[in-house]
Amino acid sequence: MAASVLYDAPGPRAKALNRVYSGVTLVVLLAIAWFVWSKFDETGQWEAEKWTPFLESPAWENFLIPGIIGTLKAFAVGSVLALAFGFVFAVGRLSQSKLVSLPSAVVIEFFRSIPMLLLMMFIYFMQAPLGFDTDVFWAVVLGLMLYNGSVLAEIIRAGVGALPKGQTEAGVAVGLSDGQVMRAILLPQAVRSMLPAIIAQLVVLLKDTALGYILAYSELLNQIVKLDGNFDNLLPAAIVVAAIYITLNTILGLIANYAEVRTRRVGRTAAPVGHADAIDPVADEAALVQKSNAMGPGGPA
Amino acid sequence: MDLISEYGSAILTSFGLTLRLAVYSGIFALILGAVLAVFRVSPVPVLRFVGAAVVYTFRNTPLTLVMFFALFGLAYQLEFYPAPDDLYENNFRLAVLALGIYTSTFVCEVLRAGINTVPLGQAEAARAIGLTFTQNLSHVVLPQALRSVINPLASVLIAMTKNTTVAVTIGVVTATGVNEASGQMKTMMENEADQILLIFIIFAIGFMILTLPIGFVANWASKRFAVIR
Repeated sequence: MAASVLYDAPGPRAKALNRVYSGVTLVVLLAIAWFVWSKFDETGQWEAEKWTPFLESPAWENFLIPGIIGTLKAFAVGSVLALAFGFVFAVGRLSQSKLVSLPSAVVIEFFRSIPMLLLMMFIYFMQAPLGFDTDVFWAVVLGLMLYNGSVLAEIIRAGVGALPKGQTEAGVAVGLSDGQVMRAILLPQAVRSMLPAIIAQLVVLLKDTALGYILAYSELLNQIVKLDGNFDNLLPAAIVVAAIYITLNTILGLIANYAEVRTRRVGRTAAPVGHADAIDPVADEAALVQKSNAMGPGGPA
Repeated sequence: MDLISEYGSAILTSFGLTLRLAVYSGIFALILGAVLAVFRVSPVPVLRFVGAAVVYTFRNTPLTLVMFFALFGLAYQLEFYPAPDDLYENNFRLAVLALGIYTSTFVCEVLRAGINTVPLGQAEAARAIGLTFTQNLSHVVLPQALRSVINPLASVLIAMTKNTTVAVTIGVVTATGVNEASGQMKTMMENEADQILLIFIIFAIGFMILTLPIGFVANWASKRFAVIR
């Protein structure tokens, strides 16, 4: 349902009223802007030396770029591991054997139900007793892997569940084994239909790398403190870093949207295509499964 | 079991603090999220833009950064203290502010998705009998939309409860020096290096006790209040 269905095309009176509302909103916005501006002014946030470092290379070379690299490194390693974890446990949970599917389900549900920060702290403190060097990078990355991997496993599982039954039946009929049906028929189609949701989850993973700040992993957010130490510009630095995060996430979001549009156009999957902007990928994809089941064994026409 | 006798009351206090964080942020997020959702579907273009801009900004910023900004930016730099006389209450309120605003963007998107599940004919019928935008929303569309979003809304609230741990960025502490759950777990792991696994299990169970009921209630409620079409 489009938003515009909620109201008629405005007549003269509604137009006048809308203008009044717009005017009031603008006045309120201006008041807020003025308030923020004067607060900034009062506390000296507009001083040029707080902002000019971002126009010169040292701030970027010494702080922001290393921060971006730290964030992207955790993101890259974390997402590769999370995808591997997700595939393994999705296939495990879908296994015919209870001996495999039950433990997989327990692992997925456990890691989905506890806060990722607690996981990261646990791994961080567990390294020394287990005889490893305490390395905050791996605490962050493994925490990212366990939580996001579990969510990805559920997304992939929902993708497989949304495929029409005939796909499995046809595979079995031509003599493929369960494993072959999974690898050759179900997973490729499930991944295609779930690609937008998978990329959307990677946006979540990218944001979650910022938890590394709490464990003093040297990522983007941590550089704000260092920038502040050098240039005394905490607020400008925080704003610049926020802009970098938003840019990175926007790029990933655009890729997810592209994947959604492309999968809808090219197809090559018998399942309905997931959403790039799903709020809760797992719940959304579960709804998708219901929808496809309601459409009957033939799948979408 | 020494752990329980030594830390038992501190653990309970810290989960009490976590629960308070979750309840206050939840209420704040639901109200602000509903306001943002109304903004985003309203007939006034400026309001739609404001709603979209707020959602876009906070959805794409890590919660840790929002928390960081609340304490170091709002309080320390811009001298905004929600409770100037009480340091503990001050940090608590800043954490609620950050978590509430961050979560409200997700609430807004869930509500908007719920509005989209209401069949076109409902809103058209409402318009046909002459209801205005506000009447249409409050009498026809939202009552149906709310019933269909109980489960996704619960997912958001569960995620928010887990996100209370990020408040450790600000350092939310009671007057007796007990941290919220994640800070408390960190302190205990630092002090009792030989019992790390047990400590982790205690806190993991604590969070399951907090989050599982939300899921159960939502499952029950979504069946009880389902819109039959």
